[in-house]
Amino acid sequence: MLQFLWNFDHELHFYSVCKLCSFYNMQLTLEFGGGLELLCNSVKIHNVNVELQNGAEKLTMKDLLSWIRTNLIKERPEMFMKGDTVRPGVLALVNDCDWELSGQLDTTLEEKDVVVFISTLHGG
Amino acid sequence: MSEMTRLPLASETSTKAAKRRALRPSLPYLKSSLLGSAFTLWDCYCDCDSMDHGGGEASAILRQLEDLKASKSEIERQISALEARFQEIALQQPNGSVSNGSCPPTIPSVGSGYGHDLSPQMIYRYSRHLLLPSFGVQGQSKLLKSSILVVGAGGLGSPVLLYLAASGVGRLGVVDHDVVELNNMHRQIIHTESFIGQPKVKSAAAACHSINSTIQVVEYQEPLRTSNALEIMSKYDIIVDATDNAPSRYMINDCCVVLGKPLVSGAAVGLEGQLTVFNYNGGPCYRCLFPTPPPTTACQRCSDAGVLGVVPGVIGCLQALEAIKIASAVGEPLSERMLLFDALSGRIRNVKIRGQSPQCVVCGVKAPFSKQQFQEFDYENFTHSPLTPLPLKLNLLQPDSRINSKEYKEKLVSGEAHVLVDVRPEHHFKIVSLPNSLNIPLSRLEARLPEITSALKEKEDQRGTDSGSGGQVYVICRRGNDSQRAVQYLQKMGFTSAKDIIGGLEGWAHEVDPNVPTY
Repeated sequence: MLQFLWNFDHELHFYSVCKLCSFYNMQLTLEFGGGLELLCNSVKIHNVNVELQNGAEKLTMKDLLSWIRTNLIKERPEMFMKGDTVRPGVLALVNDCDWELSGQLDTTLEEKDVVVFISTLHGG
Repeated sequence: MSEMTRLPLASETSTKAAKRRALRPSLPYLKSSLLGSAFTLWDCYCDCDSMDHGGGEASAILRQLEDLKASKSEIERQISALEARFQEIALQQPNGSVSNGSCPPTIPSVGSGYGHDLSPQMIYRYSRHLLLPSFGVQGQSKLLKSSILVVGAGGLGSPVLLYLAASGVGRLGVVDHDVVELNNMHRQIIHTESFIGQPKVKSAAAACHSINSTIQVVEYQEPLRTSNALEIMSKYDIIVDATDNAPSRYMINDCCVVLGKPLVSGAAVGLEGQLTVFNYNGGPCYRCLFPTPPPTTACQRCSDAGVLGVVPGVIGCLQALEAIKIASAVGEPLSERMLLFDALSGRIRNVKIRGQSPQCVVCGVKAPFSKQQFQEFDYENFTHSPLTPLPLKLNLLQPDSRINSKEYKEKLVSGEAHVLVDVRPEHHFKIVSLPNSLNIPLSRLEARLPEITSALKEKEDQRGTDSGSGGQVYVICRRGNDSQRAVQYLQKMGFTSAKDIIGGLEGWAHEVDPNVPTY
């Protein structure tokens, strides 16, 4: 991402400004499915700006989960998380790829990433 | 009837004895069905004689219709069975010397001399498959020799079975212990109204045979358990999971791993569906993906959460496609990938999932699951849910905090001052509700408590001063579970005499007013 920003003046400017005040918003698309959307006012797609903590240089899935728990989950958080990770039966996908393949909780997110949480279905 | 008598006389061939064997059970049946018809006609005559032209005659006609329909489906089933048997015999004849009175002239069946074993009839039936360059004779031949087991003849299983039968899978097994119900019809499209009340496997097999009488359909009218799964599943090349609950999904997966069978897994609830292929070519199994079962509260069922009929239809069709791809060795099966279908937005997402996990307790390299381990594993305990789900029946309250629907009816008749709170979700309340009930969904109960207080006050005002101790609160829901949760909460919040109505609206419909619709 850094390389991308260096290529564009205005992006560079934006990044620099944020660097100065040492916080930075990351724009992400979050999707909830398989019934998890019921925990966030039945809204499936959320375009969000996640604020990085003071001094933090990157946003990991672990950070994002705690941000979601605080900012998006409106009811029954235990239906979304268990401990600091997602509850059993929930698949987390970063850019259409199982988070197991990108480092699970340590997966580093980048601007405009799409993160999907799907509760596995059993019915038929 | 003429079909039935004509068949055994059709030809004097070496297979005559076999045909006679196949027909034998049908002769006593015919006799009894004729007797049955005579009786129903007699009943009808009696009704007319007694000048009862109303309900009596109508019910006699209905009875007669039911009898005739049952005879019809039985005869159709026998025709299919005979046709399938005939086809089987024809295939065994090297020179194709068997001819069927109701079919075009003698067909040479096997070894057509074209370098493959498709008979002219097969070539014609599957011609559109054969015309596909990437499928062709090779794909079809493999399909005809394959065997596929479909577990579940419901919303997913319906299109799976129909397409697999139509496409010419040689042997198709179907497992289901359930019977066809009216509320299945909107999505379980393999069944027809005439099979309501009859076993799903019987209905499904009849439908498969009516589409393709040349394939073998094996019926397993029993629930799949650890005690029978190994034996049943070992007879098939590919397993299709079209079940509706978590323990069955874990059990079918583990059995597939033990037996080394690929598993085509599909699921659909509400307006979403999921599809993937497990245990295929070194890919992951269900347990690699979901090592720990989800909490039971996260396992939505179609009978609670609802399902748009076409959604399992879409997923079932895709399951049939994956099974066909594996059976015919064509294309790339959906292994290490998952297809997510969102009906409302019309979006299909194809995501990459993890590969086989070395730590997997079932397929992991370190300690692969043995047949014995499989048979001893308690799937119901593992997932905390039953293999053949029945509606949940909670028992959270003391008996004196509950009344049954007949007792509530008495309270209504005696005119007791009370408030009836219906805690079902609003869209349930819109389907059907009892008169004068106050709808406060369980999830909103806390916020809307004042409404109960004011409704009680209103009742008291209406009655004047005679109810100083305050009116009674009764709580109802669909089946009598949420009403108990609500009463627990209400009692904690000071409504100490709140009671729930046992069995909910379903109980009311069964015990008090059969005109109240159930859903």
